[in-house]
Amino acid sequence: MATAHDLARPATRCAFDIARVREDFPILKEKVHGKPLVYLDNAATSQKPRSVIEAEQRFYLSECSNVHRGVHLLSERATQAYEAARVKVQRFLNAGDAREIIFVRGTTEAINLVASSYGRKYVQAGDEVVITAMEHHSNIVPWQILCEEKGAKLRVAPINDDGELIFEEFEKLLTSRTRLVAVVHISNALGTINPVQRIIEAAHRRNIPVLLDGAQAAAHLKVDVRELDCDFYTLSGHKLYGPTGIGVLYGKARLLEAMPPYQGGGDMISSVSFEKTTYNVIPAKFEAGTPNIAGTIGLGAAIDYVNQIGFENLAPYEHELLEYATEALARIPGVRLIGTAKEKAAVLSFVMDGLHPHDVGTVLDQEGIAVRTGHHCAQPLMDRFGVPATTRASLAFYNSFEEVDALVKGIQKVKEILG
Amino acid sequence: MSDLRALYQEVILDHSKRPHNFRSMDGPTSKAQGYNPLCGDKVMLYVRLEGDRIADISFQGSGCAISTASASILTETLKGKTRAEAAALFTRFHDLVTGKGQQNGKGPELGKLAVFSGVSEFPVRVKCATLVWHTLRSALGESEEVVSTE
Repeated sequence: MATAHDLARPATRCAFDIARVREDFPILKEKVHGKPLVYLDNAATSQKPRSVIEAEQRFYLSECSNVHRGVHLLSERATQAYEAARVKVQRFLNAGDAREIIFVRGTTEAINLVASSYGRKYVQAGDEVVITAMEHHSNIVPWQILCEEKGAKLRVAPINDDGELIFEEFEKLLTSRTRLVAVVHISNALGTINPVQRIIEAAHRRNIPVLLDGAQAAAHLKVDVRELDCDFYTLSGHKLYGPTGIGVLYGKARLLEAMPPYQGGGDMISSVSFEKTTYNVIPAKFEAGTPNIAGTIGLGAAIDYVNQIGFENLAPYEHELLEYATEALARIPGVRLIGTAKEKAAVLSFVMDGLHPHDVGTVLDQEGIAVRTGHHCAQPLMDRFGVPATTRASLAFYNSFEEVDALVKGIQKVKEILG
Repeated sequence: MSDLRALYQEVILDHSKRPHNFRSMDGPTSKAQGYNPLCGDKVMLYVRLEGDRIADISFQGSGCAISTASASILTETLKGKTRAEAAALFTRFHDLVTGKGQQNGKGPELGKLAVFSGVSEFPVRVKCATLVWHTLRSALGESEEVVSTE
């Protein structure tokens, strides 16, 4: 049955068939509280296509072995698959060299690695690290720990009421004391796409390296680390349709080579005696211990999947979904969007008059709609907007216009129950 | 749907929109802060004891409908009660919202607190209902430590 929203729907220009894409994600057929699952919590974690699930399963069923060790066939295969995934990531980010791809647990660990290794070496008392007011806790706390340890200062660039970085204010924070700029590429709580190219250019004019937190961005837009010329880029596999527990730190080779190890252990050494240990070359230097082999292979499969869909197809579709959802939510009295940047990814954070997000989330859940409620690991950002929490619907390319309609209906139900 | 109606009963919605005893207090004999980092609920509870009896009790803060209504109804219920009576009510209330209410039928009458029976069907919301009670325990222990439900 056609709804008012259907009539306003733009003609989809996309090259992929949404029904077919949804077939690739087995979980989308699940029911929640007896209702079809409407999964709008993609910024927390995305769902996995069958090919990713099967790649992990195949590894455990028929290829399981440790990497970089055995002389036997399975170990050789595991090593090949593991290193092949590194090359997939390298091409995905357009890095110049596979050695610049370090496998970690996720964005959080990637940032901690840089704070701990690069930060400990190059940040000293009186120095400064610059972040923005829209950072996730994982791009705040590691720098706070570092600054506290070193007697350095964390400087925070402000944002405007739309949730956009105030560039002039950011630029004023870049001084001879700044040792690093660490900025989120796409805000998880607001959806704001930061002007990372300008940020990097401004920092580089002053010889300041830049780390980009790409946890949200890598799944939604094409990232080219060489074109950006960023010094570090981080991502989480599980937000990129891959498994949990696997992520990536990209770093320029000359920086990684100059950095001390992050963790000590097996694989990161070239020789060990009780008197002296010689560290391995990158990337192994930063991959102590047996890595998440199955997860890495799964991440490789996820990248294959995303490549097959193509950013040129998924990005315009997600943008249409965002515009459609933004208009639909704006039409509901009492709903206010938090995060209205001009450059925005498909994240809709909102508050409802007189209603707490936790209650909103509970009612939506009963309708089968999965959203995130809370502070989104960005408490300083919530304080900036004067709200304790928001309800956040975050979309992916497998979400449909009908699911946005379901959200709108769910919000009506919220008003009916709690109003 | 019936579960939702059971959770968000009229009494709960009324108290969440117009909470009772929602004010600070001059010269409380004790106070405590409660915090649920999961959803950002914050409550500051003020208690004025006269001997062993709760002569006055009030709260401030921000939270979801369940936690606000729970704080409101707690203050209404406990005014005039002794510490021992408050402790016994907490046990009953805790059993109610965690779904153990049926097995342990003994104890003081819950009165208006019974409107929270629907919470037991929503395990993730139990903390919302009990935050203020944990905070009360901290207040009566005359500790100013922040209570966290995590």
